[in-house]
Amino acid sequence: MDIKKEEILHIAKLASLKIKEEEIEEYRKNLQDILEFANIINSVDTEYLEETNGTSTNINFLREDEVNNFKDTDQLMKNAPEQENNMFKIPKVIN
Amino acid sequence: MSREDYEAIIGLEVHAELSTKTKIFCSCETNFGGKPNTHVCPVCMAMPGALPVLNKKVVEYAVKAGLATNCEIAPYSKNDRKNYFYPDLPKSYQISQFDKPLCVGGKIEIETEHGTKQIGITRIHIEEDAGKLNHDDYGRNSLVDLNRAGVPLIEIVSEPDLRSSKEADTYLKKLKSILQYIEVSDCKMEEGSFRADVNVSVHKKGEAFGTRTEMKNMSSFRSITRAIDYGIQRQIDVVENGGKIEQDTLRWDEVEGRTYVMRSKEDAQDYRYFPEPDLGTIEVSDEWKEEIRKSLPEMPEQRKTRYIEEFKLPEYDSNIIVSSKYLSDFFEVATKVCNNPKSVSNWIMTDIIRVQNEEAVEKMPFSPEQLGQLIVLIDKGTISSSIAKKVFEELLKQPRNPEEIIKEKGWIQISDEGEIKEIVKKILEDNPGSITDYKAGKDRALGFLVGQAMKATKGKANPQLLNKLFLEELKK
Ligand SMILES: [Zn+2]
Repeated sequence: MDIKKEEILHIAKLASLKIKEEEIEEYRKNLQDILEFANIINSVDTEYLEETNGTSTNINFLREDEVNNFKDTDQLMKNAPEQENNMFKIPKVIN
Repeated sequence: MSREDYEAIIGLEVHAELSTKTKIFCSCETNFGGKPNTHVCPVCMAMPGALPVLNKKVVEYAVKAGLATNCEIAPYSKNDRKNYFYPDLPKSYQISQFDKPLCVGGKIEIETEHGTKQIGITRIHIEEDAGKLNHDDYGRNSLVDLNRAGVPLIEIVSEPDLRSSKEADTYLKKLKSILQYIEVSDCKMEEGSFRADVNVSVHKKGEAFGTRTEMKNMSSFRSITRAIDYGIQRQIDVVENGGKIEQDTLRWDEVEGRTYVMRSKEDAQDYRYFPEPDLGTIEVSDEWKEEIRKSLPEMPEQRKTRYIEEFKLPEYDSNIIVSSKYLSDFFEVATKVCNNPKSVSNWIMTDIIRVQNEEAVEKMPFSPEQLGQLIVLIDKGTISSSIAKKVFEELLKQPRNPEEIIKEKGWIQISDEGEIKEIVKKILEDNPGSITDYKAGKDRALGFLVGQAMKATKGKANPQLLNKLFLEELKK
């Protein structure tokens, strides 16, 4: 499968990325490489395998509904480049 | 062509927050409010390497909702990643369910003007809520609070069976009452814990369905009804004028009463769903399913039948009472106290519903026990029904034991015959004209005299006794 220019633009839009015209070809080539690498898996013969429900073999790995609040939320807030009223301050989001 | 030549198709995707103690994939508490970013941890804040673990209660509650809406419960189901970029979604994907939801193929019944109608439920799946974006005072920045990120939701998708805003409204109210009955969600619309995406399309009768538009995240019955009516009319106008409906995502503006295009089809989201590799398979065995089924409480329909058969309540009253879990529970408890279901129902149908409408609240400040005690006082003849109305007003102002209220206010009914006789004599002395009138055949004079006696005793005189003694005196 060949990745087209339009797909690069579409993916960039979904990821809210601005890319320059001259960068498109480079991204296209890189993504094409990744796709081809990942496509190797498609050559495996899976005829004899049963279909699975997901990627994990765990079944009902569940926890009880018991509160255990994380103690060091201040540490987590240190990831905020800027904050106000204990909230992450980010550029205004327009829908 | 006119409005009547068109048919509208409405589909609803309801999101209800589950009332678990903790979030769906971490042990953070879910309480609404609280200081921003205090109910967070590396999992719901999407720190690299943090791994989600599914809350067992979430599966139970979703299965409960599925059973209560007549769904099939999938023996095996799984989670998927729904990818999109938005700052309230710290992982840039939402863990949801795509092709293997927990519950499928259900239905609920609603009452319409054309009788009972079945509304199909396509599916119910579990997913996580996003955080909340606030805006700073200057409108230059957004502020992100992740307390709500990871709060469990169920999404309930209806079949395109609804045909009007009225039907959609009835369906939503029914669904809300079911979720409240089974106690999986408090459905507080004002806190956003019950909200809906609304799909609308129109077509000429007998023709194929039209293109649908979607309105996101509506959170009041009133705006949903208005938005649907507006959407239907707008689409008919477009078609009538030879235009074409675009498959847009719209935003409803409650103030202006119109919609704006949020996203056109070209910009349609491409969510690139794929199986969540950090979570395993969910298996709901027949055993587990039956255990959950046993935990289902008596449902509105069953309660209604019991009210009609056992308590002899009218169907209309029963319908209204069971439509709200709050009213229905209120009825049950008050009836236990006074053993007079008919009277409890009358108080609910008149005074309680009046207060709910006037004050725009659901809950009364007083308890159902207190209403029950009030009814006991009426039934024992301790107070008259007009005093009872005053006690009711007092319960609204300052809820306390009705017996205390009447003692404190001196409102105990006068049922002592000697005492009442004195009052009757006094009133007759003061109103000789009324005696003449009565003897001249004017029955209204009796009513006037009783009224005067009531006024003199501030409504405390036993009305039956008053009537009887006045008649005795007047016949002399
Ligand atoms: Zn957390």
